[in-house]
Amino acid sequence: MDDLYREIIIERYKNPSHRGRLDPHDIQFADNNPLCGDHIEITLRTAADGTIEDARFEGHGCAISQASADLLLDSVIGKSLEDVRRLNKQDVLDLLGIELGPVRLKCALLSLKVLKAGAYGLGEASDELVE
Amino acid sequence: MSLDLNNIRKDFPALQRETSAGVPLVYLDSTATSQKPLAVIGAMNDFYRHSNANIHRGVHTLAEEATALYEGAREKVAAFINAPSARQIIYTRNTTESINLVAHTWARANLKAGERILLTEMEHHSNLVPWQILQTERGVELDFIPVTEDGLLDLDAYKTLLARTPKLVAFTQMSNVLGTINPAAEMIRLAHQAGAIALVDGAQSVPHFRVDVQALDADFLAFSAHKMCGPTGVGVLYGKEDLLESMPPFLGGGDMIKEVKLRSFKPNSLPYKFEAGTPAIAEAVGLGAAVDYLTEVGMDHIAAHEHEITEYALERLEEIPGVKLFGPSADKKGGVAAFTLEGVHPHDVAQILDRDGIAVRAGHHCAQPLHEKFGIPATSRASFYLYNTKAEVDLLANGIYKVKELFG
Repeated sequence: MDDLYREIIIERYKNPSHRGRLDPHDIQFADNNPLCGDHIEITLRTAADGTIEDARFEGHGCAISQASADLLLDSVIGKSLEDVRRLNKQDVLDLLGIELGPVRLKCALLSLKVLKAGAYGLGEASDELVE
Repeated sequence: MSLDLNNIRKDFPALQRETSAGVPLVYLDSTATSQKPLAVIGAMNDFYRHSNANIHRGVHTLAEEATALYEGAREKVAAFINAPSARQIIYTRNTTESINLVAHTWARANLKAGERILLTEMEHHSNLVPWQILQTERGVELDFIPVTEDGLLDLDAYKTLLARTPKLVAFTQMSNVLGTINPAAEMIRLAHQAGAIALVDGAQSVPHFRVDVQALDADFLAFSAHKMCGPTGVGVLYGKEDLLESMPPFLGGGDMIKEVKLRSFKPNSLPYKFEAGTPAIAEAVGLGAAVDYLTEVGMDHIAAHEHEITEYALERLEEIPGVKLFGPSADKKGGVAAFTLEGVHPHDVAQILDRDGIAVRAGHHCAQPLHEKFGIPATSRASFYLYNTKAEVDLLANGIYKVKELFG
C-alpha cells in the first residue's frame, strides 16, 4: 500500500522538525483547505537580503498536509524569498515522492500556497499560486 | 424476519465490483448516497429507451406515457410517506432545494424582521444556510436547540426556546453525523402548541425507516431520492395543503402557470405551482421504482436490519483502542458510526481503508458547527443500509487496526 503513506510521510507527520511558531517573525500567513478543514500557519524569519533564516508551521490536518509542510520548510530554510516564489506543484510532489489524485493534491499543496502567499505579501492565497 | 442479504446484494450491481484487482467493494457511505438497485436503473433505462417525451401538455402517445409515469411516481411517493394526496408532493432537485423552496416562499411571505426560527445544533448545512440567508436579508432571528454531550437534542432547552415563540421549527429527523433519531412527533406537537409550524429534514430518515407525515403531523418534510436507492437530481417537498396553497410560487416559468399575459400570470394549482420548467422526468420515474423496491423489501425489515448492523458496528469499533465514537447508543440512532482514531487524521483513515476497498467518508459531512461543538475538525463516518453485512463491519474493524499499525 504504501506508496502514499511512505515512511517519510508518517515519520514527518508524527515527528515534525519544524512545527511551532516563530515569535517575533517577519512573515506570517495562514489558510485552510475548506474541503477537509486542514489548516496551516507558517511563520518565517528572514535576513535583510531576503534569505529565510528559520521557518515554522502550525496547524492540523491529514498526514499528507502536515508532512508536506514540514518537508517544504526543510527545503526552503537557507533559500531566498525569490526562490520560494518560483516553487511549484512539482517541487512539493518531488519532496513527498508520491503521485496524488486531485483531492489529496489540495492537501499536499496547502503549505506551498500559504508559503507563497506569505512570500509575495498577499492578502489572500489563491490556487493559482500552486499551479 | 431478517433480510435475505444474498439476494438483496444481487440487486445492486455496484456492490459486485472490485475497487482494484481482487479487492471487493465494501460500501459504507450510504448516508452520502445509496447504491442503486437494478429495478431503479432499469426503470430509468426503459424510460429513455421507450417512453421518453416531455410531460403534461403533449397529446401524443409518448407524452401521455411519460406523464403517466411521472405522475404515477408522485402517487407512489405520496403513499410511501402516507401523504393525504399526491398534490402535496412537490418534486425538487433534492432535500436542499426543498428546504430552500420553503425559505424562499413560505418564509418570505410570513416572516418579518425580529421574528424567530428555531433550528438545532446538529443540522446539515442545507438546513442552516437557507435560514442564515433569510437572517441577513430579512432580519429574522435564529435560535438553536443545543446538542448534549451524548449527541441528543436537549429537549428541556427546546421547551425554553419555544417560549420565544418562533414561527418555524426546522430540524433533522435523523442526524447525518451522530445518527441520532430525534423524537419528531413530540417535537412537532410542542412546536404546534407554541404556535410554530414544523419543517422536518427527512434526508436521512425517509430512506431508513417508516415516516408517516400524518402521524407526525409535519407541516413540511424534505428528502432526496438518491439516498433511498433512487437517482440523483430529484427530491421531494411534502407540505400541508393549506400551507402550500397559501405560499407564493418558487421559480417562474413553464408548467407552473395557469395563464400568462405579457405583464402578469396566474400560478398553476398544486403541485405544479412549484415545478417550473422541464423537470427531471426519468429521475422521478427512478424515484418511483425506488419506492416500489423499498416497499417490497419492507421499511420495517430495513430498519430492523440496520439496527442490528449498527449495534454490531458500535460494539466492534468501541473495542478498538484509540477509537472515539460520536452520537448516542444504538437504541437511539440510525445506521451511522462517526468516529475519530487517536493520532490519525480522518482523511488518512478513509484513504487507508480505501486500499482495502472500504468506502467511508471523512470530513465535517456538511455539519461544520456540530463538529466545532465537539471540538474536532473532522470525523470518519461509516454508514449502513439494507445491503450491508456484519462481515463488512468486520472488514472495517480490521481495516482500522491496519491504520493503527501503519501509524504505529
